[in-house]
Amino acid sequence: MNKRLPSALFALALLTTAACTPAPKENKVADPGASVSGTVELWHFFTEREADAIDQVIKDFESSHPNIKVTVKSGQDDSKVTQAIGAGNGPDIGLSYSTDIVGKFCSSGAWVDLTPYINRDKVDLNQLNATTRSYTEFGGKRCAMPFLADAYGMFYNKDLFAKAGIAGPPKTLDELTEDAKKLTVRNSDGSLKTVGFLPLYDFYENAAAHLAPAVGAKWLTDDGKSAVGTDPAWKTLLTWQKNLVDWYGYANLTKFKAGLGDEFSADNAFQKGQVAINIDAEYRLAFLKDQAPSLKYGVAPLPASDASRYGGGYVTGNIMGISKNAKNPEAAWALIKYLTTDDAAVTKLAGLIKNVPTTTKSIADPTLNADPDFKAFIDIFNSPNSQTTPPSASGPAYQETFGQFLLTYQAGKVKDLNAGLADADKQVNSVMQLGG
Amino acid sequence: MSAIRLRRSLTTLSFLAPALIGIAVFFVYPLISAVYFSFTKFDLLSVPQWVGLDNYKRMADDPFLLQSVRNTLWMVAVFVPARIIGAIGLSMLLTQLRRGAGFFRTVFYLPALVPPVAATIAFVYLLKPGTGPVDHFLEKIGISGPLWFNSPTWAKPSLVLLGLWAIGDLMVIFLAAVLGVPESLYEAASLDGANAWHRFKSITLPSIRPVILFAAVTGVIYTLQYFDQAAVAGSIASGQATVGAGISQSFGYPEGSTFTYPLWLYTVGFRYNALGYANALAIALFVVALAVTVILMRRAKAFSGEES
Repeated sequence: MNKRLPSALFALALLTTAACTPAPKENKVADPGASVSGTVELWHFFTEREADAIDQVIKDFESSHPNIKVTVKSGQDDSKVTQAIGAGNGPDIGLSYSTDIVGKFCSSGAWVDLTPYINRDKVDLNQLNATTRSYTEFGGKRCAMPFLADAYGMFYNKDLFAKAGIAGPPKTLDELTEDAKKLTVRNSDGSLKTVGFLPLYDFYENAAAHLAPAVGAKWLTDDGKSAVGTDPAWKTLLTWQKNLVDWYGYANLTKFKAGLGDEFSADNAFQKGQVAINIDAEYRLAFLKDQAPSLKYGVAPLPASDASRYGGGYVTGNIMGISKNAKNPEAAWALIKYLTTDDAAVTKLAGLIKNVPTTTKSIADPTLNADPDFKAFIDIFNSPNSQTTPPSASGPAYQETFGQFLLTYQAGKVKDLNAGLADADKQVNSVMQLGG
Repeated sequence: MSAIRLRRSLTTLSFLAPALIGIAVFFVYPLISAVYFSFTKFDLLSVPQWVGLDNYKRMADDPFLLQSVRNTLWMVAVFVPARIIGAIGLSMLLTQLRRGAGFFRTVFYLPALVPPVAATIAFVYLLKPGTGPVDHFLEKIGISGPLWFNSPTWAKPSLVLLGLWAIGDLMVIFLAAVLGVPESLYEAASLDGANAWHRFKSITLPSIRPVILFAAVTGVIYTLQYFDQAAVAGSIASGQATVGAGISQSFGYPEGSTFTYPLWLYTVGFRYNALGYANALAIALFVVALAVTVILMRRAKAFSGEES
């Protein structure tokens, strides 16, 4: 009897484990015009100033929807939301900073399909641009709505440009190389004092995803496999970047980079004038105003491999969805609809948080467009040349796997680029299988 | 008679119950769950699907697993002996002190009280190339310092340096062991003409062997699970500590040199949502840690002349 006890306990534990895992639940949508009331819980990741902005707009929502009370929990990241949903206690609404979770949340059903609500309330999705629509759905399932967006472009130091005799921002990658060289200042021992453009992929916002729109490089094929080895645009980007790295000297660049401050601190290299041209998003404007008010800078789209591609940049954004175990999904949808499609609410949020608005009317808002620097990012967001990263069931695995290859390549450890890209393709496909 | 025995057993069990319940709930159940999930495809959000040995087979084709294993083995091979040798050396020095021993013991122990994350952040800034005080000092004496946490060659040795700085926990154990060696043995050896090295090799080392075994076993287990310092060092040194997407995107910085096995396990589980595979990695780690412990203990018994 005693000998059987461990086996019985093991089996019991297995059964308990299997029984404690979440099961799918069917989501029913109310009839059109049905009154919505009750409490709805919103978890978001914002803190401090940005959390205050959310609270202001939530108050507006509660005024216009007196039957709904909103409970807000700030500072909640994706892993907390995932664990809460997995444990059956997910918030009614999750607001995430990363489009990387869309693939998993849509395919697993962690966030419910919003299509029945959208169809019932006749919400016009065409008020969102194609890029925004693409990063909020996966596998034909719309489980998320965009909550403001980030557009990436190029910041340049006007004083350093004037000193180097450069009239305006570069528009092509060749011009960027030329300007970067003119703007670079070396110390007497050959080390770098000021860098025109720091091309390393692991520097601040230089991730491959943010540079891909410069050449129109595709991440995935139509059947969801890796395209990094087959799309020639990647080779164009990698070759251009490596040539510039080699001009500086990889060792010189890594030494220079090692001494720079943290990206979101007041010691940011662009803000301190150590780097003349930098890839960054519209949120940098608020940091510049706060941390480097005397810096004279300009904003422009990402330089492109050819002139026809100019005007765009990387676009991404925050996303919202309804948990599969939401207690009040109707009220949750009412709040999501308000925060993502009500033009006045979206405009107010964009103004307060300093992110790009996402609806057609809010994009055209004259107050937001009054600031030429902010308008530059709205234009990038609107550009047909802008790109995003496609959602995947394995999250950012494909980007990070390719990112590892890029680090090896820029260090000069890959002798044959074609073979290296083919290997990277295999690795990306292998890692993507983790997501199913 | 049997009623008395039953009562005694129940009494014993009732005293043991709190501990047994704790072990069952917080160790046995999670362990069995991990074994179960390692045979499934599970993303924390949907029902696990049984996939048999697929997760274990996947390990053979996992390029990042190889990289993380290589880094972890390096740490085990260098970090564990370095800490043991450092702790023995330091404790030997402290036993020689005639005055101020208490003060120096406190000073050398203090770093062990600093939380690992805070210590790592401080270390990265101390060693920061260009602006760090260590770099300034080296420059003043005419040495061009390495890039420390920013160099793929120096990043792991920098972590070892950090581990040596916080060696106090191990030092106090060795100090107690060294002080416990009977003085008469040293006196007898001295009379026989043994020098300091002979005394250390023939008296101190054999006497503290059980403590060395303890330090080796716990050190290997700790290093196989090496996470915090590698994650924080990579994040701070990369200059992206405050990026919203979390620190896991800078895991392994620079060039994957600090990418340890637990970092890959975490990335797979919580960034790529592949909890099934992550559990398989965790079980593999558990088996390796158990095997290393058993081997070390058997070897130690063999060395000490006991039955292995």
